[in-house]
Amino acid sequence: MEYLWVFLIGGLVCAIGQILIITTKITSARILVLFVLVGVLLQAFNLFNPISEFAGAGINVPIIGFGASLAKGAMSAVESRGLLGAFTGGLEATSAGIAAAVIFAFIFSLIFKSKTK
Amino acid sequence: MKNEKLNQAYNEYVEARIPKTKPFPSLFNAFWVGGLICLLGQGINDLIIYLFPMMSEQSAWAWTLVALIGIASFLTAVGVYDKIGKFAGGGSIVPITGFSNSITSPALEFKHEGVIYGTCVKMFSIAGPVIVTGIVSSVVVGIVYYIIGLI
Repeated sequence: MEYLWVFLIGGLVCAIGQILIITTKITSARILVLFVLVGVLLQAFNLFNPISEFAGAGINVPIIGFGASLAKGAMSAVESRGLLGAFTGGLEATSAGIAAAVIFAFIFSLIFKSKTK
Repeated sequence: MKNEKLNQAYNEYVEARIPKTKPFPSLFNAFWVGGLICLLGQGINDLIIYLFPMMSEQSAWAWTLVALIGIASFLTAVGVYDKIGKFAGGGSIVPITGFSNSITSPALEFKHEGVIYGTCVKMFSIAGPVIVTGIVSSVVVGIVYYIIGLI
């Protein structure tokens, strides 16, 4: 895994997001939703791992990676515990990220004052 | 009729007032800032694997994302991430750090409306749709995968 690929693929994914912003004036919530869906679809069709193998963080750090781990979690949980896994797997796989985002936001919002005007 | 004319005039006014993002520099900035954030993630991941060789690949990635989320949340709280965002656009939204920013930023901004109705409710105003999409689509994928497995 080369750092150059990480940089190029990661940059490319972000540039695609920027192209969407320029051409469609899309809001950031919609971009995040769209890229999560792309990640879920990539994983559902088993296309995520081949990209991840050479792009590493370049595809795992963009929110596409979040979508992929949701789908990956659901699929592997279905294998281990049947249909219930479809409901438990996605959140299980992404729980660390979601919990981290919430706890940091909560703590820092208690400590700091808003800077945005 | 009159309304239509007014609307048109208003739209033109809005169009003229929207800050113009010049396509080329903003694309370039999104590219290199986004790439750099991914590089940082790769660096953290490699460091974790180097320090804890026994850790599974999955856990190492989870730690990497937790670290990036923590850094982005802190930078948002001190007002730095917004500056990066203005400069890099998509480069700061698309990485997981943008997800973290989208939770911390409203949590902080609506703090004055109280901990429950301000911080806790507004926290999910952008991240909510993302999490809902994620859960719905992953459950659908899981069910389809289950059905395919039965056949």
